[in-house]
Amino acid sequence: MAEPAASSPAPSTCLEVDGLTLSFGGVHALDDVALDVRHGEVFAIIGPNGAGKTSLLNSISGLYRPQKGSITYSASPGEEPASLLGRAPHKVAQLGVARSFQNIELFRAMSVLENLMLGRHIHMRGNVLTCGVYWGSQRREEIRHRAAVEDVIDFLEIENLRHQAVGTLAYGLQKRVELARALALDPKLLLLDEPMAGMNVEEKEDMARFILDVNEERGVTTVLIEHDMGVVMDLSDRVAVLDFGRSIACGTPDHVRADPAVIHAYLGDAG
Amino acid sequence: MESGIFFSDYRSDMALRRMPLQKVRTGLLLVGLVVFPFLATPYWLNLANQIAIATIGAIGLNILVGYTGQISLGQGAFMAIGAYGAGLLTVRFGVPFYISIPVAALITAVAGLVVGLPSLRLKGLYLAVATLAAQQIVEFVVTHWTGLTGGTEALVVPAPEMFGARLNTDGRFYWILIVVALAVALFAANLFRSRVGRAWVAIRDQDIAASAIGVNVFGYKLLAFATSSFLVGLSGALLAHYRSIVTWERFTIEVSISYLAMIIIGGLGTISGSFFGATLIVLLPAMINTVGRSLQDTAPWAATVLPYVQQGVFGLVIILFLVLEPEGLARLWRNVKDYFRVWPFSY
Repeated sequence: MAEPAASSPAPSTCLEVDGLTLSFGGVHALDDVALDVRHGEVFAIIGPNGAGKTSLLNSISGLYRPQKGSITYSASPGEEPASLLGRAPHKVAQLGVARSFQNIELFRAMSVLENLMLGRHIHMRGNVLTCGVYWGSQRREEIRHRAAVEDVIDFLEIENLRHQAVGTLAYGLQKRVELARALALDPKLLLLDEPMAGMNVEEKEDMARFILDVNEERGVTTVLIEHDMGVVMDLSDRVAVLDFGRSIACGTPDHVRADPAVIHAYLGDAG
Repeated sequence: MESGIFFSDYRSDMALRRMPLQKVRTGLLLVGLVVFPFLATPYWLNLANQIAIATIGAIGLNILVGYTGQISLGQGAFMAIGAYGAGLLTVRFGVPFYISIPVAALITAVAGLVVGLPSLRLKGLYLAVATLAAQQIVEFVVTHWTGLTGGTEALVVPAPEMFGARLNTDGRFYWILIVVALAVALFAANLFRSRVGRAWVAIRDQDIAASAIGVNVFGYKLLAFATSSFLVGLSGALLAHYRSIVTWERFTIEVSISYLAMIIIGGLGTISGSFFGATLIVLLPAMINTVGRSLQDTAPWAATVLPYVQQGVFGLVIILFLVLEPEGLARLWRNVKDYFRVWPFSY
């Protein structure tokens, strides 16, 4: 896969994490973590269990509040970077950062359609009065965003599931609906926490295709956490490796694979 | 029998009543509500009015508990604020009932906002205890602030009048209550097919995911408290003008619990369930009374055990619903509809 830096003269940074430190009591979940994600790339975060990958994602999306360091984000090249640190989760989402969760966090009692309509929440204006009356502009707003949601439904090929309650869907499909909900937000940066965990080969292939399509056709910068090395090496433009809360390597898949520190973290010392 | 129904635009797919059969049912319901007062005895009219008031209160509580997932034991307190608010505005300042009722509901909404503040930090049972505190505080204030509320004395509200006619008879107040109850039901149903209602349900189902998708969780919790309290205050204010008398005994913790029973029996997170539950909880004691009176001659001892039977049946019904149909009467009604939708070809 081509290095995006080669095509554009100066690769612009979408997400920059620097010196990030997060501890819960005496436990250091993140310790001086640094990485940068460029606009338009698929960026993977890997590392052994408990390395701090999900903590990093939670810090970016505002669910955790790291004690030190910085997280800056710019939605598109040339846009002034904004700090995400200490921003409430819903305000991070409003900047165009969407995510999925490791253990599917869908709104189980709602239909697929309603879950996706929630993805449009930040783009809608309705308040208690206009929603309760549901007349004129509010009806038009709902219909307009329904059309946007239908685009995502077509894109991810879940037309037949529209009106089903997500709680009743198979695991693999729930993962896909969660990706759909994040996409409905029309994100500039997509954070995926183990999008393929627990899937069979076929489902993984589908999901990999969707992630690449999202990246290429919609131009969404994607950060994903994944354990399947085959998937990581095939999908991602660059990879960061975490171990015990520290970033030990960052670069192209081939570069990372050859890094002695990474080999040490995964396999231990030879002999 | 329904089959092969397709929609060619989003608007008809998103309508509240999508199917022809649903439209027919709604029409029949409206006709029934209009015809009812001409056929009913005053006894039944009185029960219908109680059901309408309880339905408004139950929809309010259901918005908070059933849809947003914030357990509240403060229903009685909010009804008290609505009732005393409307009563005092009319008694002290001579405000006409059609102004005092909405103003009292707004006051209750503000009170709900304050009671909802702990929901920033508290969830589930802990929040329930915080709302219980609100219930106790309001009860205490109502019974002890004699200068404002008259304390434990009843507050007598002058009869609402319009065009020189007294409106607090069963037959006349029925029309006010039916219009308000239908408007509230429609308002709530609309809320839950659009942006605000979806955000509330999202908070109930998965509050972390809701915040990550861009919902201001605390803001929407407060909004749920305010909207719910507005409707509960509305039902309290209507009750004050319907009864023409406000006493604190009508707004105790027992009221909070019987309203929770309504929405559990009716169906949490459903509009129709709020109505079914309100109907059952209003009719149940009335029916037991009727049975007890008819037994008076043959079995005089029946009258002495009647109060115990009432309470026992109340508890029994709640337990039976929790065990047999946790989704309540609304679910039973849906099962009946589903059965007849494809009848007689149930495959």
